[in-house]
Amino acid sequence: MNTLLVMNSRFADIKEQTFNAIDNEGTCRMEKIVFPNNRLKKMIQTIFFSLFRCAATINALALFIVVYFMAANGLTAINWTFLTQPPTDAMTKGGIFPCIIGTLCLSLGAILIAFPVGVASAIYLSEYARPGKILRMIRLGINNLAGVPSVVFGLFGLAFFVVWMKLGVSILSGSLTLAAMSLPVIIGSTEEALRAVPETYREASLGLGATKWQTIYRVVLPAALPGILTGGILGISRAAGETAPIMFTAAVFYTPSLPTSPFDEIMALPYHIYVLATAGTEIEATRHLQYGTAIVLIALVLGMNIAAIIYRAKLRKKMS
Amino acid sequence: MSSLNPNKEKTVQSFFFMIALASILILLMISIFLFMEGLPILNHVSIKDFLFGEYWYPTSDPPDFGIFPLIIGSLSTTFVSAVLSIPLGVMTAIYLAEIASARFREIVKPMVELLAALPSVVIGFFGMVVLAPILQNTFDLTTGLNLFNASLMLGFMSIPTICSISEDAIYSVPSNLKEASLALGATHLETIIRVVLPAAISGISTAVILGMSRAIGETMVILMVAGGAAMVPESIFDPVRPLPASIAAEMAEAPFRGEHYAALFATGIVLFLFTFSFNLIADYISNKYRQVGDSTL
Amino acid sequence: MIDATIKMSSKNLNFYYGKFHALHDISFDIYQKQVTALIGPSGCGKSTFLRCLNRMNDLIPISRVDGNILLDNEDIYSPKIDVVLLRRRVGMVFQKPNPFPKSIFENVAYGMRVNGIKNKSVISSRVEHSLKQSALWDEVKDRLYESALGLSGGQQQRLCIARALAVDPEVLLMDEPASALDPIATQKIEELIAQLKESFTIIIVTHNMQQAARVSDVTAFFYMGKLIEINNTDMLFTRPALQQTEDYITGRFG
Repeated sequence: MNTLLVMNSRFADIKEQTFNAIDNEGTCRMEKIVFPNNRLKKMIQTIFFSLFRCAATINALALFIVVYFMAANGLTAINWTFLTQPPTDAMTKGGIFPCIIGTLCLSLGAILIAFPVGVASAIYLSEYARPGKILRMIRLGINNLAGVPSVVFGLFGLAFFVVWMKLGVSILSGSLTLAAMSLPVIIGSTEEALRAVPETYREASLGLGATKWQTIYRVVLPAALPGILTGGILGISRAAGETAPIMFTAAVFYTPSLPTSPFDEIMALPYHIYVLATAGTEIEATRHLQYGTAIVLIALVLGMNIAAIIYRAKLRKKMS
Repeated sequence: MSSLNPNKEKTVQSFFFMIALASILILLMISIFLFMEGLPILNHVSIKDFLFGEYWYPTSDPPDFGIFPLIIGSLSTTFVSAVLSIPLGVMTAIYLAEIASARFREIVKPMVELLAALPSVVIGFFGMVVLAPILQNTFDLTTGLNLFNASLMLGFMSIPTICSISEDAIYSVPSNLKEASLALGATHLETIIRVVLPAAISGISTAVILGMSRAIGETMVILMVAGGAAMVPESIFDPVRPLPASIAAEMAEAPFRGEHYAALFATGIVLFLFTFSFNLIADYISNKYRQVGDSTL
Repeated sequence: MIDATIKMSSKNLNFYYGKFHALHDISFDIYQKQVTALIGPSGCGKSTFLRCLNRMNDLIPISRVDGNILLDNEDIYSPKIDVVLLRRRVGMVFQKPNPFPKSIFENVAYGMRVNGIKNKSVISSRVEHSLKQSALWDEVKDRLYESALGLSGGQQQRLCIARALAVDPEVLLMDEPASALDPIATQKIEELIAQLKESFTIIIVTHNMQQAARVSDVTAFFYMGKLIEINNTDMLFTRPALQQTEDYITGRFG
């Protein structure tokens, strides 16, 4: 019993120890180290870790809170008429059908343009480019493009597509502007997908006498395809949710008819929310329409994102 | 066989190279067209008066084109949002990368990713209809649409950027450094503070700068919740009108190629230069101070 | 076997990675101020066992330990034990040199700083002492404040040893400390081990049997997660008791 107590004291918070060693000069030295209290360190750690956990929880909750408020107030507005009819009575009643069509046109148009360009850029970056000045420049360009504010894209679209190329305020101008904006997203995710293809696939194909392009086309791209498509979905969802780039290039308050050509102007979900919430004729009276439009947009954007996230998680599991 | 023709391979490669230049080309075009449409404002005001003029009355006669209050609006919202988003974002990143259980991580990480995917107009709408009335009643303000509200919303928009880039940086600190620290009797917290964070500091700085760049360029949120007053704010509850809000709100009414139109494009130039330099700094840091990897032999 | 005090002992230790049973019923004693070598083919559990001795395996979330490990007769897996204190008493040197991206001085001082030592003269005298103990002092005394990453691999590994010594451990665990080094640096480490055992109890994992024969007093042969044979090193290498051991040390498998 006594011995046990003595031994336990070796683990006590304050430990004193004599130290006896022969150093290089061969002289004998005694040193004593006193280590201070450990319990305080543990307590501080617990406090900090709880703080970190709170931060993480707050962030997760933020998403939940926004979606909850929109859903709680918006779901009642949603019915078949809301989804399939145009607005009526100076946009105080009716549905959002033209906005849904408009957003689909714009984001699909954007992806049709950005997807081939983005995938081809990523193929160059991951398969062909060698480290050096040129690659650094291209990467810098992509990073900076990703950082350009959305309203600046809007200005650019206005000056270049609408005015200079004389495309007017149209689906085409809007899609081109959104395409320029979503390009970095697509390049990024495609590159990730290409890099995930094992090097052995390429070596095997090249070893069989295939050329580099044959290898990319027949082996690398098919293997990376699911990942590339996931990136495409994310690109569409990003384009669908943006407002500022289409404000000056494609979207209008109200059009009486659905678009018939790429040169028509159009209504869009995000812009519709903005207009109803800030510049509508009856801001308070159309709150339910605003919430309803917001929940449709959220469902559209988050739906695509959740699908992409789940799909990507499955892919990663399969790869590893 | 044509496929074995080395010329064809070369052609394919140059084709991809040309397309890869598209991003640079677009960036170049953006700057050219911004300057083309924006520079004419200098025929009406000097650079100094434009940047430091205290009055922004673009539609009065004669008009005043001083964007100083707008710049202050942008900087103040970005700064206040950073006070919120940097600690929250980095702490979340630390928790997810170092401490959280696999389960917690699997749930929270996608939620932070989805927060980034929320359309900005929805967040702006939330700030307008949910947060603004709460602020107005709680603090007894004339309007809930103000600097504080905008910063709060912007903060939550930049958290995902800060969090995910920091998390990658923290996660890629080699585990042998952490083990060395733990084996010396350091606690997990001490290991994080003394070894992991210093090793990941370049990634975290990049994350912070990119997060702030996102906040300063964000348009819809501040257009809807910042209040829109083109004045230098005196309190955190004053309404402000940051650069992007001014552009987005006024472009529709500005006469084509008039002074006001040019002034808004010039405002766009200033905004573009802000984010461009943020991105250059981020790029410089991440290249110059590469993350410390395995010790070299 | 050897007439000395028992410093650590493993009693019916079982270790599991998830469902994989990595260590089976390991029982043996480790003597004070002796070098105990753990040998065996890759994946035999020798490193896993080593990492049980300072509870480094706690970091693996799906792992589970059964049985006891005693340090001075006290179970280190008992809930009363403070892991941080344990790791201070049982230091570790890793397979690859892993200095912190800090100065040479700060690397050695790190353990003292995290353990709350603030007195500058204590710290600097111990840094010097530890660097002398690890035979690195003469090579680095003029550049203590330069980055540790500028040292050669062998110097980095001796720095890691100095870093471990600076918190005044009783036991030193070495996980293939020379496997990433060239022959000359390896020889220096081996000489160092011979000096260090004057003051410390050393347990070394190695895949190099000559090294085990050169540096250790006791050798334990592990195979497939089991302890096959343990004996005085010269006995084990000259007259192994079991056929399996003989096959391994003569290079017939492994």
